[in-house]
Amino acid sequence: MEKILSVENLHVSFYSDGGEIAAVRGVSFDVNKGETLAIVGESGSGKSVTAKTLMKLLPKQNSIIKQGDVKYGGKNLVQLTNRDMEKLRGSEISMVFQDPMTSLNPTMTIGKQVMEGLKRHRTMSKKTAYTRTVELLELVGIPDPGERINQYPHQFSGGMRQRVVIAMALACNPKMLIADEPTTALDVTIQAQILELMKELQKKFQTAIILITHDLGVVANMAQRVAVMYAGEIMESGTLDEIFYQPKHPYTWGLLSSMPKLHADRSLPLTPIPGTPPDLSHLPEGCPFAPRCQYALKVCHQYEPGKTKVSTTHTVSCWLEDERAPKVKKPEGIGGMQRGRQSKIAGS
Amino acid sequence: MADKVKLLEVNRLKKYFHAGKKKVLKAVDDVSFYVYKGETLGLVGESGCGKSTVGRTIINLYKATSGNVIYDGMNVQQKLSVRDLKKYKKKMQMIFQDPYSSLNPRMTVAEIIAEGIDNHAPGISRERKMEKVYQLLELVGLHSSHANRYPHEFSGGQRQRIGIARALAVEPEFIIADEPIAALDVSIQAQIVNLLRELQRGKQLTYLFIAHDLSMVKHISDRVAVMYLGQLVELSGSEKLYANPLHPYTKALLSAVPLPDPDLERTRERIILKGDVPNPLHPPCGCRFRTRCPEAKAICAEAAPEWRETERDHFVACHIYSACW
Repeated sequence: MEKILSVENLHVSFYSDGGEIAAVRGVSFDVNKGETLAIVGESGSGKSVTAKTLMKLLPKQNSIIKQGDVKYGGKNLVQLTNRDMEKLRGSEISMVFQDPMTSLNPTMTIGKQVMEGLKRHRTMSKKTAYTRTVELLELVGIPDPGERINQYPHQFSGGMRQRVVIAMALACNPKMLIADEPTTALDVTIQAQILELMKELQKKFQTAIILITHDLGVVANMAQRVAVMYAGEIMESGTLDEIFYQPKHPYTWGLLSSMPKLHADRSLPLTPIPGTPPDLSHLPEGCPFAPRCQYALKVCHQYEPGKTKVSTTHTVSCWLEDERAPKVKKPEGIGGMQRGRQSKIAGS
Repeated sequence: MADKVKLLEVNRLKKYFHAGKKKVLKAVDDVSFYVYKGETLGLVGESGCGKSTVGRTIINLYKATSGNVIYDGMNVQQKLSVRDLKKYKKKMQMIFQDPYSSLNPRMTVAEIIAEGIDNHAPGISRERKMEKVYQLLELVGLHSSHANRYPHEFSGGQRQRIGIARALAVEPEFIIADEPIAALDVSIQAQIVNLLRELQRGKQLTYLFIAHDLSMVKHISDRVAVMYLGQLVELSGSEKLYANPLHPYTKALLSAVPLPDPDLERTRERIILKGDVPNPLHPPCGCRFRTRCPEAKAICAEAAPEWRETERDHFVACHIYSACW
């Protein structure tokens, strides 16, 4: 597989009146051509900050990339000047945001907005740009693109707007697409349409996607590899099946078991993760998840665990993986359990 | 349960809003259902389908255009005396979606919760009142030392707990929860849902649980009603609805939910609905779902399907099923 982006030991902090907020602390991952990497986590886990750092879209006044490299095509994006970054943004790496209502300009026609990227990054005549825009709108499933091209965002529904945003992102055939909660603001039936569209386009153009989401269902539907983030760190990363069927980190266990399953027995209570996510300006010592972890050992509260490789693709940072740690069994109902009795589900 | 008592009955409820000249938005159009005492009825649908309007009309935040709401034998949509109205409002409470905007930022938690106690048990001594506030806080999993803090000092999940404590302050029988977990993180959602279920068991509460998350609704509800463009399309026991959905919309909705199980996701066949929900100002004639329905026939454009009970406690409004009855 061809590696197109690699992030190494990224640290990003914000400064506010309350002091330094370490939003991303030592994140590393790779993205391969044509695959989808999902970054999952709760709000405040640093997943969006990571995405914005890749695009260098963080506010200059109060944020700083303290350490780390983002390597893309022989360049280190962290050191790139603004002008060089502008050449990459939209043409090689583009982004789809959560809210299609606010990511479009209400005073510009849809066509103009899609064409903006084309004009900037590709030399083409007005006429070809126009034809290409109509093609793009058609590609993302907008009916009568010839007519819709002259309309404004308010004349589009939420799902249609997100299609336009995707068309804009794909206008210059980028190698990589960063999708930050692309379907969170949409209804389930529209979400299904958009996810399907993204998969279809990915197959066609071999785009790599970094999908940022909190919805494990969306992850299972879209991703090939998954990174689970908590308090600015990647707690566990692996292939889709490794994370869902052989998860090793208690936080991943917690996430998986706190979700209700459509086909599960509903008389049993859910197993929530106790407590709340930590305050990033006053992080506890040791593992950031330790205060909420029911398997926490003494060492968890004092020292950060190192990364343990479970397989060539599966990495976890947890003291339980240390050979001196007591053996803990993952809670029932996670992993292997669902395998084998999967056929009894409505709609399948 | 043979002796199920209907606590709330909603009959042919309509709520129209006037949206400019001659435009009428039929947010809720002829909806009938009932809620048994002690159960949870889930109400699901996509945004704009009118599910919140149903909840708000039941609790009298909106005046119904027509139809009636019968609570415990009392028609609450007719003109009620102040005393009766107060009695009714005491029995019914609401929990809102956004824990940030539903709590007054200038009031302490104790004041927020005590407001309800003051209204419904006037003349209670200060000590008794504070004792009750502390009890309520502990009941919802907060600490009594939280009483003198302000809402901004709490996280989203904790605020939702305060909202629940406020609702419980008047000792209601019936709680309308309007998307109570939508604004919360996954790991916190389960905490709140478990809390709601524990409270239901402990206090014999009845819930109308409004949400768009089908997995959560299935988990918490005994029966589930599915809404589309202001009308109910299907209502049935929650296990039955998920195992054997009748209405094409219910089928599509269930198959659209992505499940956190990669094996399942790879093998599942999805029904992907085409297009968007039509503009509710100009809903399609006949069956409102017909424009997106994969099984639509000619008759669907001519007449609206009737809301009928195909078997005990399984209601559906679809021409496919009226033919055989």
